[in-house]
Amino acid sequence: MNLLDPQGPVAAGNSTILIDSVFIMLVIVVPTIIAILGFAFWFRASNPRARYRPDFVYSGRVEMVVWSIPALTVILLGGVAWIGSHQLDPAAPVPGTGSPVRIQAVSLDWKWLFIYPDQRIATVNTLTVPVGAELNFHLTSSSVMNTFFIPQLGSMIYTMNGMVTRLNLRADNEGKLQGLSAHFSGDGFPDMMFDVNVVSPLAFPEWVTATAKTDAVLNADSYKKLMQQGIEKGRPVYRLEDPRLFELIATQQIPPGPGPELVSGAGRPHGGGHHAR
Amino acid sequence: MAMTATAGRAHADPHHVGSVIEHSGPAPKRIVTAYGFWIFLLSDIVMFSCFFAAYAVLSGQTADGPKGSEIFEQKTVAIETVCLLLSSFTCGMASIAADVRNRLWFYVSMAITCALGLTFLVLEFREFADLIARGYGPSRSAFLTAFFSLVGCHGLHVSAGILWLLTMMAQVYAKGFRADILRRMTCFALFWHALDIVWVAVFSVVYLLGSAP
Amino acid sequence: MLGKLDWSAIPLDQPIPLVAGGVVLVAIFGVLTWVVVKGHLPYLWREWITSVDHKRIGVMYILLASVMLLRGGSDAIMMRIQQAVAYQSPGYLPPEHYNQIFSAHGTIMIFFVAMPFVIGLMNLIVPLQLGVRDVAFPTLNSVGFWLTATGALLVNISLVVGEFARTGWLAFPPLSELSYSPGVGVDYYAWSLQISGIGTLVAGINLVTTVLKLRTKGMNYLRMPMFCWTTLASNLLIVAAFPILTATLAMLLLDRYLGFHFFTNEAGGNVMMFMNLIWAWGHPEVYILVLPAFGIFSEVVSTFSGKALFGYRSMVLATMAICVVSFMVWLHHFFTMGAGPNVNAIFGIASMIIAIPTGVKIYNWLFTMYGGRIRFATPMLWSIGFMVTFIIGGLTGVLLAVPPADFILHNSMFLVAHFHNVIIGGVLFGVFAGFEYWFPKAFGFRLDERWGKAAFWFTFIGFFITFMPLYIVGLLGMTRRMQHYDVAAWRPWMMVAVIGVAVLTIGVICQIVQIVVSVRNREALRDRTGDPWDGRSLEWSTSSPPPVFNFAFNPDVRGEDAYWDMKARAKQQMLDADGPQYRDIEMPRNSPTGFVCAFFATIMGFALIWHIWWMVILGGLGAWATFVVFAWRDHDEYVIPAAEVAAIDRLNLQQRRGLVSTAGEA
Repeated sequence: MNLLDPQGPVAAGNSTILIDSVFIMLVIVVPTIIAILGFAFWFRASNPRARYRPDFVYSGRVEMVVWSIPALTVILLGGVAWIGSHQLDPAAPVPGTGSPVRIQAVSLDWKWLFIYPDQRIATVNTLTVPVGAELNFHLTSSSVMNTFFIPQLGSMIYTMNGMVTRLNLRADNEGKLQGLSAHFSGDGFPDMMFDVNVVSPLAFPEWVTATAKTDAVLNADSYKKLMQQGIEKGRPVYRLEDPRLFELIATQQIPPGPGPELVSGAGRPHGGGHHAR
Repeated sequence: MAMTATAGRAHADPHHVGSVIEHSGPAPKRIVTAYGFWIFLLSDIVMFSCFFAAYAVLSGQTADGPKGSEIFEQKTVAIETVCLLLSSFTCGMASIAADVRNRLWFYVSMAITCALGLTFLVLEFREFADLIARGYGPSRSAFLTAFFSLVGCHGLHVSAGILWLLTMMAQVYAKGFRADILRRMTCFALFWHALDIVWVAVFSVVYLLGSAP
Repeated sequence: MLGKLDWSAIPLDQPIPLVAGGVVLVAIFGVLTWVVVKGHLPYLWREWITSVDHKRIGVMYILLASVMLLRGGSDAIMMRIQQAVAYQSPGYLPPEHYNQIFSAHGTIMIFFVAMPFVIGLMNLIVPLQLGVRDVAFPTLNSVGFWLTATGALLVNISLVVGEFARTGWLAFPPLSELSYSPGVGVDYYAWSLQISGIGTLVAGINLVTTVLKLRTKGMNYLRMPMFCWTTLASNLLIVAAFPILTATLAMLLLDRYLGFHFFTNEAGGNVMMFMNLIWAWGHPEVYILVLPAFGIFSEVVSTFSGKALFGYRSMVLATMAICVVSFMVWLHHFFTMGAGPNVNAIFGIASMIIAIPTGVKIYNWLFTMYGGRIRFATPMLWSIGFMVTFIIGGLTGVLLAVPPADFILHNSMFLVAHFHNVIIGGVLFGVFAGFEYWFPKAFGFRLDERWGKAAFWFTFIGFFITFMPLYIVGLLGMTRRMQHYDVAAWRPWMMVAVIGVAVLTIGVICQIVQIVVSVRNREALRDRTGDPWDGRSLEWSTSSPPPVFNFAFNPDVRGEDAYWDMKARAKQQMLDADGPQYRDIEMPRNSPTGFVCAFFATIMGFALIWHIWWMVILGGLGAWATFVVFAWRDHDEYVIPAAEVAAIDRLNLQQRRGLVSTAGEA
């Protein structure tokens, strides 16, 4: 999950900007820290060689410098931020080889549902993608806010009920990565980690075919069962019955997921917590 | 005493700001009180502006419920507005009466202000009760949530103002036009006029703009 | 009759809060019993609880903050231990408890530690620096303090009666809406912040009016000490930002209590509106806290370098620039909502712009030290520690303002490390510096330097051991608020962080020992001159502790660094051998209004949380009646006769004369 070990172009862009910005700032931060410690040491009251200059309280030239050093740094970084924001906008296309894979992600209480509308399958807590292809994510939430994040593929994005956010990523190396929710969403939040399997372009259709053979079917009914609060330790897969399911969720035609059941009247619900463990 | 007066002066103005008009010291109590209350009013207006912002964001979210143009009654709102504007005038009269220490005019003006304020509240209450009876309560849609909150927040302020007004009258009755009571009267008048200004904004943003179909 | 309240509200099944609550209750009853048995109650009531003296209120604010620092600190220790042990295991805190702890930790540290600490110091010092006898509204000042205390009390009641919010310290909907948080936790959160928020607003109005309207003769704006400037900026922000918090929480409460739809998923509510509103308050809040700390560092660095502040006007400009720009950057808290590249870039750059005036401040402190004669007393150590730490926090802050970097760092432990870096390194170091610096002024004796320095070093080193690992796990992809995790790479760093917390705890213990030791040695540490540090501003021109009226005469200010100027000239009329003509002084009378009002506010807040409606009405009526009774009183001032003023002032001058002659020889 190391951010500095990117596995795709977006993450590489993110971490390059991160490292560049740190170095730009270190250029002034390190000398400043040294100067603070140096001045403090040299001008200690017990140092007879330091000259006491109580009247050195204003200098136009020094003022000029102290305003321009941070200003120049910020101008430089502002340029980085402006260009970076445009190049790495989550919705910007990330061209890849082969045809793009459309994935609709829904954050549930407390698991991730990934719908492959073109492949007519869906998975929970595991995301399988072909290497090198553009991944078009459409994201929403069944209830509370979450953030979809695969650290080594880059840029995270919020999921919100009744809204659709967009994100494009690409994975450049085969292997197993991990994703998580990066926005606290309740008692089962830490269990919202999911596996990301990056497979070869040939293995991907095979995996799709194998998955589509499952008996479990995802439709509005089974979705409503799935969105009850709870933790999913397994990695269930589904055949997608209605490719418009995501639309129904995002437009709230399937109403938002319910919260915990109130166990005691005194307002200390234990439902969620106990399910979570 | 090794340090001379000249050395001292050098320290006195190390940045050579030069000759400046000397600050004359703490302001009198009357000014301080009114000034502080002004700042409170500004903060109150910031709070109102949050409700205005929420209204602007949510006014389109009718969730298949009624739109503004379908529920606003121009006539009632017009009467409400007239009441409030008139009450501002009578409140001004009460301030003048307090300044010239005229008890009778003070009571009369305050009483009329109170009556106008109450009329406003009754009309607003009826408007709300009617909407809720028709099933258009604040839980119906985000638009109605924002509408009830914004208008209701102003209404709550008017209610608090009337409570204050009655307390003010009782105070003048019991204590007369003492300096501290006159200061409070200044604050009350500022508060009442500020509510008027907020109402003008509510009237324009909610009722005038909202009446367009 | 009692709304939602019944016996199941007491967490009999959870030993940790129960034991903690029990210990606190025993401690409170112990102290109360001691006070009553020893007969200190009348003294406490007369001199503290009903006091409207800004110095006393300031001290009470700081006391409240210190006690709550221990509470928030315990939460922090529990969290760090949980994350150290919860690798591939549930740890010792179940999620519903862990989630309450991090929510309470954030809420307490910001609202009931940092806020009261800075407001307390401003209350204590600003009128003295301005050369006046009190703040603009002394009774309201007391009301403000007691309402803040009410909020703190409610948060702590939630420990044993019901639960606290499990939503994080900003209670984002829809998680904080009734459907996902049906318990009373969010209500505890919202009502305690509403009540203490009124207190903060009152304090803000009071201090703005004080600085703008109550300055002694000759105290022009450009002669005010830097701390007064930062106080002005910070309180302007309070006045402009806190109503936003009030409105936002009111909307959340309307959603929860009356089924409104501001932020719900249903009926067109808008979650992002909450995010925008809360951060429109939340970002200025950061500067509300850190600006006064900047002011403290300005005073400390200048005093202990033996120089006037370098680039004073530049500093004023920087302060006001931060004050204004802080309102234009709130969106950087949610770059990851997908607002589009232009919006993100503009807010990113706006956020970086704040770094310019902040950087200017660092350099001006640097050049204040240049050519100085630096004495490394404890306050100065905190200041230098601050400069080094804060630069690192600033670096990571600017980094987070770069949208593409934020896309991978948002909500991560890196972010957690960043804001602890600026809040501990900036605000906490600042208030500690101010505490050490002004303690002799408030109590008349200095704090023990050895223990103070030990506290600094443990805190400084402990901070780095705790939070540098958090930066690293953030870069390893760890997000915040994880009750448990299975990633092996994070584990070692969490173990290091827990060691850091232990070191930090030793720092806090040193600070407590420091106070105990100093109180015991108070005769040896006594400050008879009123000017223990060779200070430069007016608070040092009066005795320590100052008389209730602060100054026998309103000082006449001729320039910046007013008291330094007076000392240098050494011909002020205060030192006239014959003594000047003393006059009677009118001071505001004590009033129990604040305390009684807070009592009713507590009842009302508690009743609102538990839906006990008759008690709500009772509390509301009580609070209103308190104000009417206050408004009815006939004498709001009392007179200190000239003879008494003269006696107090002559004693002060006598003790001080020695000092002025030594200062002259230097």
